[in-house]
Amino acid sequence: MSRPYAKLPRWIDYGLIPLVNLVVAFLVAGLVVVAVGESPLEAAALMLRGAFGYAEGFGFTLYYATNFVFTGLAVAVAFHGGLFNIGGEGQAYVGGLGVAAVALSLGAILPWWLNLPLAIALSFAFGALWAFIPAYLQAKRGNHIVITTIMFNFIAAALMVYLLVGVLKPVGSMAPETRTFDAGGQLPKLKGLFEVFGFNLGGAPLNVSLFVALIAAVLVYMLIWRTRLGYEIRTLGFSPRAARYAGMSETKLIVVTMMISGGLAGMMALNAVMGDQYRLAIDFPQGAGFVGIAVALMGRGHPAGIVPAAILFGMLYQGGAELAFDMPTISRDMIVIIQGLVILFAGALENMFRPGIGAAYQRVRFRTEEPAGKNVGEAG
Amino acid sequence: MMDLSSFLDLIDSTIRLSTPLLFAALAGLYSERSGIFDISLEGKMLIAAFASASAAAVWGSVMLGLCFGILAAVAFSLIHGLASITYRGNQIVSGVAINFIAAGLTIILGQSWFGQGGRTPSLFGGGRFTAVELPFADAVRDVPVIGPIYSGVLSGQTPLVYVAFLMVPLTWWVLFRTRFGLRLRAVGENPAAVDTAGISVTWLRYRAVIICGVLTGFAGAYLSTGQAAGFTRDMTAGKGYIALAALIFANWKPVPVMFACLLFGFLDAVSIRIEGVDLPLIGQVSVQFVSALPYILTVVLLAGFVGKATPPKAGGVPYVKER
Repeated sequence: MSRPYAKLPRWIDYGLIPLVNLVVAFLVAGLVVVAVGESPLEAAALMLRGAFGYAEGFGFTLYYATNFVFTGLAVAVAFHGGLFNIGGEGQAYVGGLGVAAVALSLGAILPWWLNLPLAIALSFAFGALWAFIPAYLQAKRGNHIVITTIMFNFIAAALMVYLLVGVLKPVGSMAPETRTFDAGGQLPKLKGLFEVFGFNLGGAPLNVSLFVALIAAVLVYMLIWRTRLGYEIRTLGFSPRAARYAGMSETKLIVVTMMISGGLAGMMALNAVMGDQYRLAIDFPQGAGFVGIAVALMGRGHPAGIVPAAILFGMLYQGGAELAFDMPTISRDMIVIIQGLVILFAGALENMFRPGIGAAYQRVRFRTEEPAGKNVGEAG
Repeated sequence: MMDLSSFLDLIDSTIRLSTPLLFAALAGLYSERSGIFDISLEGKMLIAAFASASAAAVWGSVMLGLCFGILAAVAFSLIHGLASITYRGNQIVSGVAINFIAAGLTIILGQSWFGQGGRTPSLFGGGRFTAVELPFADAVRDVPVIGPIYSGVLSGQTPLVYVAFLMVPLTWWVLFRTRFGLRLRAVGENPAAVDTAGISVTWLRYRAVIICGVLTGFAGAYLSTGQAAGFTRDMTAGKGYIALAALIFANWKPVPVMFACLLFGFLDAVSIRIEGVDLPLIGQVSVQFVSALPYILTVVLLAGFVGKATPPKAGGVPYVKER
């Protein structure tokens, strides 16, 4: 047996250590900003102002966060089953087909609130389908899910370009995208709702998918911690041998877990396709599938952590866009670096500061308890 | 039907296209045989391609470029080592992180240094690897069959191509005929046994990871200063993952790795050529299908032909000394 790291109180384990990891990730990102000759403090200020400084920016932040809640939950569900779904990007992309299928065919017939559940179902189904083959190959053939899901990202990109250029593009149009959806294929924006509270969201594309995302977060919590299937998924993740010994079907669990994961990633398309662009366009996920990995790691796989982590990355996306406007050397690719650093420090290097923090905590506790010990000694 | 010259042309580009895969797959071989899974071949190739193209562009020397490429890739390897050996982190998570950092960093630094949207300036003259003429290449050119093969395919490649293929026997020799190789393989199967013999698991794994960095450095340098004339955004385009697939396909053995890489390189070369060609029964193949073909074939090959892949037993598991 390996010697585990010392047990620490929950607030250190789930609060302090992730916070320290996050701070270090941002410090290193700051060094990159210094390296390209800009001031990291100024960059951070610009970013914060862009993301939270005015209502429209905040609307954009929440819009991006909605994407990341879906993809973050997707990665987290797979993580609980011990599977690394790196294919969220492709699953989200293909999920767009499901949304487009509903919006294009029923958009002129049914109102949005009838189309929404259909779009949810189909985007989930398409995302799940795209995750099915890698899952099946992992379960039956032992092909590593990481490699196959990466390959499926590339394949999804080619497939979608093929469909958009060759099949879905309206006759006579040059742009590789579908026609604009009819009114029933457009989700309402939350502009009106926020105006009640005196905020003007301006052109921010925040829409009702935000609530779908939050409901999905609650449902994922219930699935993982309150259902039998969730228990089996966690068992599989904790120890595949234990799962096998307990009579659970590994094949079934891998496939089901990955399909739920892929389905959640596919639902991201609701927000971008039906909630914002009202058409299916090339590369609409814009890396959201990959951001999900960082979000899930930062949120420690728990919906209560994933939602704030998604908002943080929403802030980075929106603030980063404004930042790129003011500091041309810092393009959107800066976010990819930050994403990588967060994955590195919150995921792979999560143990780096643990011994140090643990030792410091022990010392503090020892020092505060010392006088009591001395009194006992004197009395004895 | 295909004539000899276009067939040789196909073989020639197979060799070129499989070279970066071969470097990367051998890099992965060292790392994974020592028990460190490495999904970050992609990112290390990318950062090496960028570093070598940048150095070659600034100083006009391809050898300096290669050195910087190797340095950059080794630096990233050490991060992977730190996360997966010293801090016992999840090796796949660490690899994914490195791939993202490399993808973003190359663009941000490239934009800041050269201002060309993430590309490096085009390389020319001494900034690129040039073709090596093997001895007598000219003399035997007119000999039927052997002549074109020798002077057209074997001769006239860039030096790194020869280095890559020489690495195969060298790797075999190192892994299976030296003490270091024996220990390296042992540490990937049963680190506790190696530890009991008084050999440092940590140092052994770090050495494997550094070798991995050096070889991915070669792979990246080949991409940007041998195959192409400069760095372009995301120029590895999944080659690191395909190399990993080749490694699994070859069951972590050096000589089969070479054949697997040649196979993937060949498929790549074919897929470039079938674009716009009328095939019997199928007709014209769409551009998108052709571009997706290497990835589809990777999945198909892994799914259909890998018997039972037997990865190193201790792969992916951090080693903890009992206390």
